[in-house]
Amino acid sequence: MSEKKLICGNEAMAEAAIIAGLDAYFGYPITPQNEVTAYMSRRMPELDRVFVQCESELAAVNMVYGAVATGKRAMTSSSSPGISLMQEGISYLAGAELPAVIVNVMRGGPGLGNIAPSQADYFQATRGGGHGDYRTIVLAPANVQELADFMSLAFDLADQYRITVMVLADGILGQMMEPVILEKKEQRKLPPKDWALTGAKDRKQNIVRSLWLKDGVLEEINRKLQKKYKEIQKKEILCEEYEIENAEIIVVAYGIAARIAKGTVDKAKKEGIKVGLIRPITLWPFPAEQINRAADKAKVFLTVELSCGQMVEDVKLAVAGKAPVEFYGRSGGGVPSDGEIMKEIKQLAAKR
Amino acid sequence: METVFTRTPTLKDCATHYCPGCGHGIAHRLLAETIDELQIAPKTIGIAPVGCAVLAYDYLDVDMIEVAHGRAPAVATGIKRTNPDKIVFSYQGDGDLAAIGTAEIIHAAHRAEQLTVIFINNAIFGMTGGQMAPTTVLGQVTATSQQGRKAIGQGYPLQISELLAILPGTVYVERCALSSVAQIKKAKKAIKHAFELQIGGANGLSLVELLSPCPTYWRMTPVKAMQWIENEMTKVFPLGCLKNNQ
Ligand SMILES: Cc1ncc(C[n+]2csc(CCOP(=O)(O)OP(=O)(O)O)c2C)c(N)n1
Ligand code: SF4
Ligand SMILES: [Mg+2]
Repeated sequence: MSEKKLICGNEAMAEAAIIAGLDAYFGYPITPQNEVTAYMSRRMPELDRVFVQCESELAAVNMVYGAVATGKRAMTSSSSPGISLMQEGISYLAGAELPAVIVNVMRGGPGLGNIAPSQADYFQATRGGGHGDYRTIVLAPANVQELADFMSLAFDLADQYRITVMVLADGILGQMMEPVILEKKEQRKLPPKDWALTGAKDRKQNIVRSLWLKDGVLEEINRKLQKKYKEIQKKEILCEEYEIENAEIIVVAYGIAARIAKGTVDKAKKEGIKVGLIRPITLWPFPAEQINRAADKAKVFLTVELSCGQMVEDVKLAVAGKAPVEFYGRSGGGVPSDGEIMKEIKQLAAKR
Repeated sequence: METVFTRTPTLKDCATHYCPGCGHGIAHRLLAETIDELQIAPKTIGIAPVGCAVLAYDYLDVDMIEVAHGRAPAVATGIKRTNPDKIVFSYQGDGDLAAIGTAEIIHAAHRAEQLTVIFINNAIFGMTGGQMAPTTVLGQVTATSQQGRKAIGQGYPLQISELLAILPGTVYVERCALSSVAQIKKAKKAIKHAFELQIGGANGLSLVELLSPCPTYWRMTPVKAMQWIENEMTKVFPLGCLKNNQ
């Protein structure tokens, strides 16, 4: 079972979700995640589980909403324009406190953009692109193995907190082939789904809803939601700190950008530059404390993204003025190269 | 004394928020009676729309879910596909089903989902204050067709049940009216038939459209509203069975 398989990110993620106990997949084709829909269309029926190719992402997210409301594990995946269409549903999932998993294999935007890799949906993912006071957990894998491993984590987190978990990947991770181990992970201890719609047999009726018209009730419910979000911020932050011990320059990057930047950090260190890397793995909750702590010693931060600068705002908030925060990014399908990042690091080193 | 009429158990014992003379209350009663007569309450999952009936779960004593405006058929698909042993119905208004949710209902029917849809056509957006619906008839005055609906610019009344009936994925489509005792009895029969089809595993979607009075935004007395259904609405939305495969 734990033998290595050479497989692309999209298929690894799909199979990992199946291993994690996925009951139903709902999706609508979009590049660069078409391998997921195709894989699911074949594998799910083989296993007697549910696959539906929907008429739109709007339908897909609402089918997920229905399936998870009955206590099943369900997911959808898409890429940027499709995720935009799902925002209404994500807001309703949050309001009704339903556990769902959504994968965004990001591509270039705005608009139809292009089908090249991108990280330009950071704001949408971490701020919640839908209406209302809510949060979703956002996991950012940096390689195919992580993309697969995060599926069981995503389902566990979703079930534990009754929340939507978004796995935020990009076109490179989705398409890239790497050797991965796909195996069943130990499941967290999860609360019973006594709220689920299973038919009111020998119990009172269950209602899944997000409308609260009576004065003060919605405010009370939103307070409860915030309490849950606080707990998640306290317990579920994931972050990789790489060679930051004596670093004067700290690169902050996530996902594929972090993967590239890590190589650059190694090279720069060999050239005697004191540089390290912080890689947020949960983008929400954001590892602000870790970054703030690092800012006590570091002289400057460099945020690297496949966007015009989105996470950099969270890095600035986290650093809280203790050090300057610089940015380097490429957008619209451009990917920062090792050489480009090195140039930025060297410029910063020269200023010290 | 002999009891000749009682509340049916699935209809909760509480006052409703519906206006006097509203058709939603009648439709709820028929739905609840059907569920009780077929003894399916413990395995029924209902979907409330966004519209005046959004609080349907306050009145119907089965597991229920509230969904985004128009998305009920997609949510129903998610529920039924993962729980084929459950009886799943959506309850939707004409704005919900024939405007914002047109894609969802057409495609649920097109995929032959094993669902039952109760479609309340009151030719108006009730909940938001009486605006024009796709089903508003020509000449009808609403908050957003104040000179009366004109075909050019505002469109013709949408006969979505006729549209759905031509899809191979529907097994049963019937239009009834909540306008008189005789019509209400027919409506009850149709609703029951639609559920029986799902219970029997019929391979497709069953839908009952109910022409339903909204005295408040038609600006009529309840009695006049009933008459208006029979005299005016049925001209555009003729009553009867549009399709019955089983
Ligand atoms: C996305 C969205 N758009 C608009 C609304 C506002 N809205 C609520 S109910 C409704 C129309 C309801 O009309 P109908 O479905 O005919 O139900 P009725 O109240 O007539 O029974 C609208 C437009 C909404 N809740 N959500
Ligand atoms: S506004 Fe119309 S549809 Fe809504 S409750 Fe009143 S009568 Fe019924
Ligand atoms: Mg209406």
